[in-house]
Amino acid sequence: MSAITVRELTKRFGAFVAVDRVSFEVAAGEVFGFLGSNGAGKSTTIRMLCGLLKPTSGTATVGGIDVGRDPEGVKRRIGYMSQRFSLYERLTVDENIRFFGGIYGLDRARLAARREFVLDMAGLRGRERTLAADLAGGWRQRLALGCAILHEPRIVFLDEPTGGVDPLSRREFWSLIDQLSASGVTVLVTTHYLDEAEHCHRVAIIHGGQLAAIGTTDELKRVFDGRTIVEVQSANPVETMRLLDALPEIEKTSVFGTSVHAVLRGGAGDATPLVRRRLEAAGIAVASTAIVQPSLEDVFLEVIEQREKATAG
Amino acid sequence: MIRKTIAVARKEFRQIWRDTRTLMTLLFVPAFFLLLYGYALNFDIRHVGLGVDDRDRSTESRALVAAFVNSGYFDLVASIDTTISQPETAPTSAIRRALSPPQTIERLMDRNEVRAVLVIPNGLGGALRTGRPATVQVLLNGDNANTATTVMGYATTIVRSESARYLPAAAPGSSGAPLVSAEPRVWYNPALRSTLFLVPGLIAYIAMITAVVSTALSIVREKERGTMEQVRMAPLDAASFVAGKTIPYFVVSLLSAFGIIAVAMVLFGMPMRGSWLLLLLAMSLFLVGALGLGLLISSVAETQQVAFQAALLISFLPTLMLSGFIFPIASMPRFLQIVTYAVPARYFLIALRGIVLKGAGAQAFGGELLALTVFAGVVMTLASIRLRRQWA
Repeated sequence: MSAITVRELTKRFGAFVAVDRVSFEVAAGEVFGFLGSNGAGKSTTIRMLCGLLKPTSGTATVGGIDVGRDPEGVKRRIGYMSQRFSLYERLTVDENIRFFGGIYGLDRARLAARREFVLDMAGLRGRERTLAADLAGGWRQRLALGCAILHEPRIVFLDEPTGGVDPLSRREFWSLIDQLSASGVTVLVTTHYLDEAEHCHRVAIIHGGQLAAIGTTDELKRVFDGRTIVEVQSANPVETMRLLDALPEIEKTSVFGTSVHAVLRGGAGDATPLVRRRLEAAGIAVASTAIVQPSLEDVFLEVIEQREKATAG
Repeated sequence: MIRKTIAVARKEFRQIWRDTRTLMTLLFVPAFFLLLYGYALNFDIRHVGLGVDDRDRSTESRALVAAFVNSGYFDLVASIDTTISQPETAPTSAIRRALSPPQTIERLMDRNEVRAVLVIPNGLGGALRTGRPATVQVLLNGDNANTATTVMGYATTIVRSESARYLPAAAPGSSGAPLVSAEPRVWYNPALRSTLFLVPGLIAYIAMITAVVSTALSIVREKERGTMEQVRMAPLDAASFVAGKTIPYFVVSLLSAFGIIAVAMVLFGMPMRGSWLLLLLAMSLFLVGALGLGLLISSVAETQQVAFQAALLISFLPTLMLSGFIFPIASMPRFLQIVTYAVPARYFLIALRGIVLKGAGAQAFGGELLALTVFAGVVMTLASIRLRRQWA
């Protein structure tokens, strides 16, 4: 049985359609990633699934409970952590844990046990009396997660949990998510760090309030089937893009850090030598050219471009 | 349910305790306010410079001058008739000069050396001895109308009580009207020190502001910081949250209010003639209304700045202007009088003055207690309806 089932879920704010007939399912124990640019409708969807916002139409069941009919029942069964670490800064680690345990209705014995669990999980032993305000970003984030799962929910919603945290802490955080998933907890996480999405079992790309793509990352990468991507390392990425865009064999280019990804049109064969020749003729030093597998970022940009073209046409 | 309320209340107490600024605002600023306003807002006027032009120079006229000086409100600074002998009862140092009328009166007034001149006409003593009415003149410097009115009140009272001393001597069958009369316009009873009248008003005013502002800010702060959303995500109903949020501020406001009362008793000699239990009851009803008002504001305002301004506007102005604290309600235009019925401080003030100054029992202001209860009930209901609507 799936942990989350969403059918034609829609939310309108006046004339603005924030979420437009979104449907998907998430299996128990799955880590499901929700990708999208800011304002795409990720947070609105999550807030509906958590019972914070009433859907305009459509249905969603979370842990078997209809969110429109019994939002309080949903709240009892889920954990939620938002992009802003919503801890009380002027309270200590321990006091935050006690407070959240209290409002989740944990009794004394259970709270004591869960407190131990959170302290271990977040690596906060010995810091029980530190004010939340004085914790470094990674610790705060792990404490926030700990407070959100004090009541041992089977389904956890994380809304951009890693925003503004250093890369090392992000990696540690994702290993916590993996642990949760391994223990059978369903995790729905939104992010705009596309490298993080590789940790997810399945991802959905949401754009303009609509579901643009859904599947495992490998499935999503099939959007490039029949086309190859050449990664070019050169001295001048901007000029490289301009020159390559002019070639009829090349469909489009985009910048990835210091390198350029060029998508070749289908059936063009191996155009790598052509790319190198063209650039060197223009006097640009090419460090390397190589055919690469599409990254999730390639997929994301491609899916969104196709969407935009479809809606424009 | 109760466990959740306790969790919220405990957290709120911790936050108040840890946030020194809030704690100071709640506990010490009120007492400081009281000192500041208590000394500044004093309608009593003392040491009024008095000039005397005694044209009668009789025992009776001297007695009248002595009554003015002995009242403590007037300092005799000038005797305008050069030939007058010094009243034995007046401190000699108070008489700075002896000058001749009448141009000197104007000069003394202009220089603010005297604010009042008592002119006793020739023949006062004779009139009193034969039981005929007589008139004395009091000239007042009217550049400050309030002061002049107050001084006039003092003068009138002194003249009246002086006059009363001669009444038994008056011929039987006379009208019984005072023999020495002055224009009877009593604004204020000068015997009542105005601090005693004002301090209860200050207590209401300060308690109102601190309760409304602190509650409103504490909830809006949670909205701003995003903790509100985290709390709403928990299976916690609005009622438990509101109760847990309000209880700590109620306790702290109550402590603060009794702190103000203690300060008022020690520094301003405010009496406490009634029952402490009754005072606690009236204070609690008033504070619950104020906290409800704070909650209502927090359900509308999204930022602390807006909440603060709204709270000040709603608590500060009506309590200061429309409660009868400073301006008597009876002398307000009809429309404003109607508005005052919605100001809780109006009822609380009557109850508080009744308990503290008069030692009155609950039956004396049962209507006011009822009005406070109704007010608290209405704002609390409105606030929880609004907060509950935002909650889900």
